[in-house]
This record gives sequence, C-alpha cells and structure tokens, in this order.
Amino acid sequence: MTTSVPDGTTNPETGDVVVRLRGIGKTFPGVIANHDIDIDVRRGTVHAIVGENGAGKSTLMKILYGVQKPDSGTIEIHGRPVDLGSPSDAIGAGVGMVFQHFMLADNFTVLENVVLGAEKLHGIGDAARAEIRRLSEAYGLDVDPDVLVEDLGVGARQRIEILKVLYRGASVIILDEPTAVLVPQEVDELFDNLRELKAEGLAVIFISHKLDEVLSVADTVTVVRRGTTVDTRPAAGVTSRQLAELMVGSELPSPSTETSTVTDQPVLEVRDLTLPAPTAGLAGTGGRPLLSDVDLTIHRGEILGVAGVEGNGQAELVEAIMGMRPGATGSVRLFGADLGGLSTRRRREAGIGYIPEDRHRHALLLDAPLWENRVLGHQTREPNVSGPFIDRKGARTDTQRIVEEYDVRTPGIDVLARALSGGNQQKLIIGREMTGEPSLLVAAHPTRGVDVGAQAAIWDHIKRARRDGLAVLLISADLDELIGLSDTIRVILRGRLVPGAFDPATVTPQQLGSAMTGAGDDAAGDVA
Amino acid sequence: MTDQRLKRLGLALAAPALALVAAFLITSLVLVVAGDSVGGVWGQILSIPEARGLTNIVNSATVYYLSGVAVAIGFRMNLFNIGVDGQYRVASFAAAVVAGEAWLPGWLNTAAAILAAMLVGAAWAGIAGLLRVTRGVSEVISTIMLNAIATALVAFLLRKAAVDDPGSNITATKEIPEGSRIPGFTLFPGAPNQVYGFVFIAIVVGVVYWLVINKTRFGFDLRATGLSETAAVASGIDVKKMILVSMLLSGAAAGLVGLPILFGEAFAYGSTFQSGLGFAGIAIALLGRNHPVGIALGALLFAFLDEQSNPLQIVQDVSPDIVKITQGVIVLTVVIAYEVVRRYGVRLEQRQVAAALDAERRTGSTSKEVTG
Repeated sequence: MTTSVPDGTTNPETGDVVVRLRGIGKTFPGVIANHDIDIDVRRGTVHAIVGENGAGKSTLMKILYGVQKPDSGTIEIHGRPVDLGSPSDAIGAGVGMVFQHFMLADNFTVLENVVLGAEKLHGIGDAARAEIRRLSEAYGLDVDPDVLVEDLGVGARQRIEILKVLYRGASVIILDEPTAVLVPQEVDELFDNLRELKAEGLAVIFISHKLDEVLSVADTVTVVRRGTTVDTRPAAGVTSRQLAELMVGSELPSPSTETSTVTDQPVLEVRDLTLPAPTAGLAGTGGRPLLSDVDLTIHRGEILGVAGVEGNGQAELVEAIMGMRPGATGSVRLFGADLGGLSTRRRREAGIGYIPEDRHRHALLLDAPLWENRVLGHQTREPNVSGPFIDRKGARTDTQRIVEEYDVRTPGIDVLARALSGGNQQKLIIGREMTGEPSLLVAAHPTRGVDVGAQAAIWDHIKRARRDGLAVLLISADLDELIGLSDTIRVILRGRLVPGAFDPATVTPQQLGSAMTGAGDDAAGDVA
Repeated sequence: MTDQRLKRLGLALAAPALALVAAFLITSLVLVVAGDSVGGVWGQILSIPEARGLTNIVNSATVYYLSGVAVAIGFRMNLFNIGVDGQYRVASFAAAVVAGEAWLPGWLNTAAAILAAMLVGAAWAGIAGLLRVTRGVSEVISTIMLNAIATALVAFLLRKAAVDDPGSNITATKEIPEGSRIPGFTLFPGAPNQVYGFVFIAIVVGVVYWLVINKTRFGFDLRATGLSETAAVASGIDVKKMILVSMLLSGAAAGLVGLPILFGEAFAYGSTFQSGLGFAGIAIALLGRNHPVGIALGALLFAFLDEQSNPLQIVQDVSPDIVKITQGVIVLTVVIAYEVVRRYGVRLEQRQVAAALDAERRTGSTSKEVTG
C-alpha cells in the first residue's frame, strides 16, 4: 500500500489510502440518505464523487466533515479510525471542506477572512500573512492577503476558501460542486489549482454532477446512486456516457429539441428595457444600470434562452418583465399590447406564466397545503375563485388534476409544500403555471436542484407547450439545458444583451462562456 | 385526506395544552420559592366562580377578544400591531364624544359612535401603516410611539371635551343618553350584574374575521403575504397595499375594544377609563394562534385568571399579581410550544410523505428518483 512516488503524485490504484469509508449509513425520518457506502480516497489524487441531485452526495460529505453523524459504518483517516462529532473534529483530523456557497466576510481582507476562527495558529499579523503567502505560492493560488474580499471575483473567492482550508492544515479537501458558480475559463484555472494540490500530496474529494469536468480532472470516480456507492472506476478508462448511465441507472434523458416550431407571430416584444441601479454610487454597483437597453422578441412556439454568469441582470430582466421592478423604463409588449404600468397580477392575467428562480422564496408558501399553493398567483382566476371568495372545491379538484398530470409524488393535496422534495415542488409549480393556457412562459432555472427524473419531465412539459404555440423565455445556468431546449440563445453581460444571437445547433459551451465573460469581445459592452 | 387535517388539528391543540401545563409548573415554582401555599393559591384560582364572577369573566373576555382579533389581523400578515392600546383609547374617546353629544337619536347615535370608533382606530393605525409603506418605518416602533402620543392626545382633548361636574374631581366626557346605551342581559341565573350586550357584536366580529381571512380572495392574499412576502410579490399581490389595508382593518377592530365598557358600564370616557387592554390582546392572539375560536378560548382563560385572582390577597395573603406571572409565562411557553410542535409536525409529515412514496415505489415499477 505504500508506493508513493517522490514527487508526491501517486498511482490512483495503489497509493496510500488517506480516507477510508466502510459501510456508512445515515437515515433521516422516512428517507435512507446513505447506506453501505464504501470509498477509499488515496493520497495525491483527485477523487470525484458523482451522482444526481438527491443521490446522497451531500449527506455523505456532511458525514465526512463532521456535520452529521452516521448511523452505521466506520471512517478511517490516515489509517486511524475517527469519530467526527463536529467540523472542528474533522479539521483536527485533517479534513477541510469548501462549500458551494462561500463563507467570506466581504468587508474583510483576505488575511482577516483566513485567520478568522484560526487565530491561534499563526496569530493575526505578519506571521499569518507570511503563511498565507507561502501557501499561495506553494499551491499556485495567487492570493494577495491584503486585498478586500469584496473587490475579488468568484474564482478568487473560491481560491481563498481553499486557502482557508489549507491554512488550517487540511490534507484532505472536499469541494462541493465547486464549478457551479464558475464560467468555463475559471473552471480551467480551478482545475490547474487542483492539480497543484494533488502534486503536493493532498487528497481532493470533488463532488459534481458535471461529468465532462469530472473526467478532465479526476483520477478516480465513485458513482453514488440512491444513497449508496454503485461503482468506483479510474477516470482514465471511462466515458461520461457510461458514468451518466451508472448515475441514473437507466437510459439518459437529454433535452434535445425537435423540429422548429417557431412562427413569425411575436408574443413578447421588449424594447429599450432599462433598469437604473437602486442607488447610484452604491458600493459594488458603481451606479451601473442593472439593465441597459435590452431588446428582445419571442415568437409563438419559440424558446429564447438567455445565458449569462449569475448576477449579470437575468433576475432583473425577469422581474422587469413580470412588473416587479417599478423603476424599469422602456416597453414590454405582449401581443402588441403595452404592459407598461400594469401590475404583476394584471400581467399574469394577461397570459404570462412565471417560474421564479428561487422556488422557496418566490413560488411557494412552504407552510401552506398544496392546494393553496395551486391558488397562489392565480387567485383571481377560474377555477380558484368565485366572486370575492376562494373556490375551495374548484381549487382542490384542479390541484388533484395537476398532481396527476404532472406526476407530483405526494400522498395528497393537504400536505404542506415543505414536505415535498424539490423536484416534486417544481413539478407542481410547472403544472400551476402551465394551467390557464399562458401565451408566454417566463422560466428562470426551471430544473435547478431537481433530480434527473423530474428534470426530464419538466423538459418534456416545456417542449410540449412549445409545440402548442407557447413562447418561452428561458433563463438557465445550465448551458446544456439552454442549448438543448432553446431555438435562439442570447447572452446577457453586465445588464446588456450581447449583440447577435447564437444558434443552439452550432454553438459550443466554450463560445457561450467567452461571450458570458466578455472575453474576446471587448467591444460588446459599448456596442449594445 | 381529512386524515392530514385531523392530525394538524390535534397538533394545534397539543401546543397550548403543553404550554399551559408548563406555565402551571413554573408558576408553582415561583410560589414555592416565595414561600406561598401552592395548593391554596391554585385552590382559589381553580375554584368554580359564582354567577357574578362568571358574568365578569364573560365581560372582560369580550373586551379581550376584540383586542385579540385586532392584533391577530396584523399577525396573519406578519405585522406586529403593538398599538392596539393607543388605537382603542383614541377610538373610545371619539366614540364617547359622538355618543355623548347625541347628534342622532337612540340607536342611530350608537351606530354612529361605533362607526366613529372604527374610523378613528383605523386612522390611528393607518398612520403606522403609511409610515411603513412610504418610509419603511417598522410598525413595531411607530405603533409603540403612537401609543404614547395617544395617551397625551386623549388627555389633552379630554380637558376640552370634559363636562364640569362640581361635585366630582373625575374628568369625563358627557354621559351617553339612556336610549343610546347597549343594554346587558342576565346570562347566569342569580347574578347581580349583567353580561354586556356588546358580546354579540364581538361574536359577529369573530365570524367576519374568520370568513374574510379564510374564505375570501382578500384573506388569501393577506395570509399569503404573511407566509411569504417574496412569494406574494411574485404571485401578483400588491404587498404595500395589503400592509396598509391590514393596518387599517386591525385599527378598526382595535377601535371596538373599549366600546363594551363604554356602552355597557361606564357610559362616558373619563381619566379612569381602563387601559392596557391592547397588550393583553397580543398575548391572547398568540395563545389563540390567530384563530377566531382559539382567540375566544384565550380571552376566556385570561379573563378567568384575572377574575379568580382578585380574592387572593384576602384569602391567601398572596398578591393577585401572581396571575400576571402566570399569564406572562403562558405567552412565553406558548411561543416555544408552538415552535416545537410545528417542527415535530413538519418532520412527521415529511416522514409520512416519504413513507407513502416508498410504498408506492415498491408496488409500482417506476425507476425514477423521488428523493430530490
């Protein structure tokens, strides 16, 4: 078991096992999150753990990081059995974790963020600064200890998170979906960093569901399905198709579009849509408008996809179209009728279905039963109301219909929305918004955080509605979804649409990535 | 699926029961520490009241109920109307002036006075609503301040409106003429006193509250805004309008709080008019879970404790204020118990959903994931 090569890189088949999980099981009320998990992570390797949403990856990593205690099984780190009761136990054992959502204080410097909570290691002054510089150079992280975090981009923030973990002496680093927040170019930089880490003899556990990325960086891949490890393979001899089939356990759904159903009848016409910054000169925004002169047209039967790095105006665009942004100027027309000045409710009544980006905050009353959630957003329309009263019977019958037609897995329509899984919540929302024959669907990240089964079902529903003449504005961070579903793709950057549309039949994720960051298109910001 | 609803009802009842038991224990502990007779105090408080006492309990419960409903209207929307106290005092004063001046004859005068009270209560609460909507001022802060202003304003106006009665040093508005009073009735045989006729109006208020909140579109919008303001906005609800309207409604209900006393007993607004009823309403709305029946039970409980504690000083040589401790502890334990029961309920339901789906998965031949 000890064949480490002098330079630190190790044969993924035979290197020292630094983390050994055996028979890990964890049960939540009614849900078996993990069972019979066996994983060996070796020194000097990047070990990917892949699986669809809800397969149990997150629970597994929380167990390894001491956030949750397993009900059964053993954990060995560096050959010693350990009992991880808290994240500090895990850090003590040399396991560090970088979460998907960064935990950094924006108004602190890098140094302050790194030493926060670890002041005892090297103090908070020059010794700590020197240590950060040393780590930064040793692992090629390119981190300056004295800049403010708020001035840094997403990629740099992620490197600070990695540095925080290294600073605390971790020899095993868990990265939870690290590429979800990055554009393709930043992903490449991250992967270079990960290669540095493994060259220095660390073990990296890389959680993802993006298989191409996994294969480009990992040495070993473990597939998790329905709470257990189904297979572990060297990355060298496996294709992403094979991995995907292991993950799903059946044939793969893909969002491929069929023949075009685009007509020449415009449904939504947006002209010169501009949304000023909330307070000019506010730190961070610099007074740049949230949206500038956005023009777009969506026809009957057309899906218009909008790609962009999060925070470039997608959310604002959607909210301006929905009438939720009072300061917006320019015109929004639905079948030629100006929606300007109309309230969100009037716009919905005019035939706009709305799938918000954050279903918990914007689309559901989590503590209300499903049938009341059916009424939400449709409380002025049949079959939910009669006169000034809620038509309880009508709403309940129709909720039952949605549950059946959209395959919402629930024991009944009186359960609280909170009790359903994300995918089933989303299917209910889709069913609700497709009801009442909308002519336009505004869908922001419609399949975010849902499992593969629900994802395929949601894609099918959107495609079917498109065949029936629905116009769709699709915002998504998943470039494959955008390319697969859209008839036309536009890119949004700093509140402006990048000139020119992309044809999903020919565009590559790399091209979209360049446009999303403004790379290779320096003039874009000025021309639009 | 009524099964789910039954279970939810059971959990809803478990919480206040749990809270009352905890409050009972904590009060006993206080008594023990203070060296008072635990058995004696509870013996007095839990004894069966006489007809006179029962009448008093119903009367003060009527007042508490209106106060509880006024607070609950705000609570359903996540608005914390602490200003019911000020609202009902300003409103009672206005009603007393209108009724005392008797511009209209008999019952019309009564109706005009009630309307005036509701309008003034609504207007007073509306100030806080407007500040919240236009300036983002927290209604908690503004209603507290408006309470203080109400005290000063009423004292100032009372001087102007008061009638000079050389034989007394009580400052009060003109007495309401006989024909405009709301007569009481005898509910408990043998009682020397009468139950306020206003109790019927309180019942109507409860029914209207239930109907509007639970059955109407407006009520749905209100509850939706209370459950999630962000989801309400996305669903097309004009949240600012809802805030203003519910503050106005809460204030209008608050305007009624002092009227049972005014029309049934005091017949004038004077410097001795009962204060502090608005704060009891907060506790009662919490205890009653903003439910029209729950609030009624909470109001009766508080009125019962008040009434039963009166003789404690004489009988047990214990200050009746011990009941204030009990009432305070009830509010705390209720808040905690509801949260505990709520979490338990959510877990229970998630487990049931998962179990139901598991069973379905086992019987069905589907291979799709359902634990996303």
